[in-house]
Amino acid sequence: MIEDIEISELRNLCQIVKEKYNYDFNNYAMSSFKRRVLRVLEIHKISSTLALIEKIKYDAAFFKVFLNEITVNVTEMFRDPSLWRDLRDKILPNLFSTHETIKIWHAGCSSGEEVYSMCILLKEMGLLHKVKIYATDIDEPILAKAKEGKYTIKNMIDVNEKNYIRLGGIQKLSDYYTETSGGFVKMNPSLVENVVYRSHDLVKSGVFNKFDLILCRNVLIYFNQQLQNDVFKMFHESLFNYSYFIIGSKETLIWSDVASKFIIVNSEEKVFKKVKE
Amino acid sequence: MKLDQVSIDKSQYKAVVIGGSAGSFQIITKILSEINPKFDLPIFMALHRLKHVRNGFIEALALKSNKIIAEPEDKEQIKRGMVYLAPANYHMYIELGNKIALSTEEMLNNSRPSIDLTFDTASYVYKNKIIGIILSGANKDGAWGMKKLKERGGLTIIQDPKDCTIDTMPTAALNITKIDLVLNPDNIVKFLNSLV
Ligand SMILES: C[S@@+](CC[C@H](N)C(=O)[O-])C[C@H]1O[C@@H](n2cnc3c(N)ncnc32)[C@H](O)[C@@H]1O
Repeated sequence: MIEDIEISELRNLCQIVKEKYNYDFNNYAMSSFKRRVLRVLEIHKISSTLALIEKIKYDAAFFKVFLNEITVNVTEMFRDPSLWRDLRDKILPNLFSTHETIKIWHAGCSSGEEVYSMCILLKEMGLLHKVKIYATDIDEPILAKAKEGKYTIKNMIDVNEKNYIRLGGIQKLSDYYTETSGGFVKMNPSLVENVVYRSHDLVKSGVFNKFDLILCRNVLIYFNQQLQNDVFKMFHESLFNYSYFIIGSKETLIWSDVASKFIIVNSEEKVFKKVKE
Repeated sequence: MKLDQVSIDKSQYKAVVIGGSAGSFQIITKILSEINPKFDLPIFMALHRLKHVRNGFIEALALKSNKIIAEPEDKEQIKRGMVYLAPANYHMYIELGNKIALSTEEMLNNSRPSIDLTFDTASYVYKNKIIGIILSGANKDGAWGMKKLKERGGLTIIQDPKDCTIDTMPTAALNITKIDLVLNPDNIVKFLNSLV
């Protein structure tokens, strides 16, 4: 097993990926990116970074697999229940007090759990038909999973349902899915009728619409600060004035160039509001 | 080796990394309450904790602490004299450029935060200028990280298995890597204070 990779090797890898496939990992955070590359080497029994570079160069199908494995897709429904409570009790009511309909963007939606969480919350508030949701990710296989809405029963019960109960959900989470074979559940498709899933790379794709609420949680932690700063600018541009921006509970934008254009609405849950164009 | 037998150049160290799990709360609070307030190396702590309980743990540790203890935000600048605690449900990595990074990657040894990953990334950055300490715990998390830390020239310390509530963790480290110091809780504190 290879235990370490030189930074220069990672640079070479990023260079090839950029030239051949136009994805730029140069400004990903070093420790986690290195770990992901080590993981790819281990899973595919590739003997060196050099061999990986060669394989990526000539094998476009393998590159898709690489892209899927290099990204961290771990997610939960209602992750940080206290945030979801804040959404239910304050943020969404606030938005709907001035809007008939709203547009939401889940950037880096992974396998879609966060999107289902939002739709379940909106449904319980009787507002699901008043939203349009865009759910995007760089990783197409994971988007396909999100669209499918198929999750393991184990995760549903061990993680998602517990979060739902902590949030104080008014139904049973099992009301929103049916069990299928092989230990899986299928989420109720009517929940996501107003959701558009799209591949979108935060590094290069830029603004594509304007939103009343953007969630980008546990995605930017995989970027370095320079890239985070660029992406914060792009999110700022993608928001209407007086609309909301939510990042992960351990992330912050207070040091970024756009910091002065936001106010902090909830410092624990990292809810920001755009107040300046 | 015994504490009074060590002759190491203590001025070379720039950081301390501590891993603990079941049965380590007591010794952690002891370290924090008895450490010299002038101790000015950053201390990184990866402790196994309930994944969904975000609040309470740090407050409990801070109660009698001589040092300021914080759960870092992603890309937070590392400051001298601070104690950094890995947040619930995140791995904590030490990055080049004096920053801390967080990650939601898969659990390792059933743990997130993973002690192995904090030890690995911290020793990658600090090389031979780091001290790793493994405390009481019920699984083998930390053993691999300790091995990496030793390979990179760091100083390895474990809580004496005899004094541990659960000795699986320090013993696992001892089994795969050379441990420089096996210390009881009093001597761990004494050793740290001798660095001031
Ligand atoms: C840990 S998941 C976050 C899922 C969810 N938001 C949560 O907090 O549980 C991170 C996601 O970010 C995606 N991602 C990584 N780099 C990206 C990029 N450049 N553009 C868009 N998405 C990206 C990954 O594919 C992954 O699905």
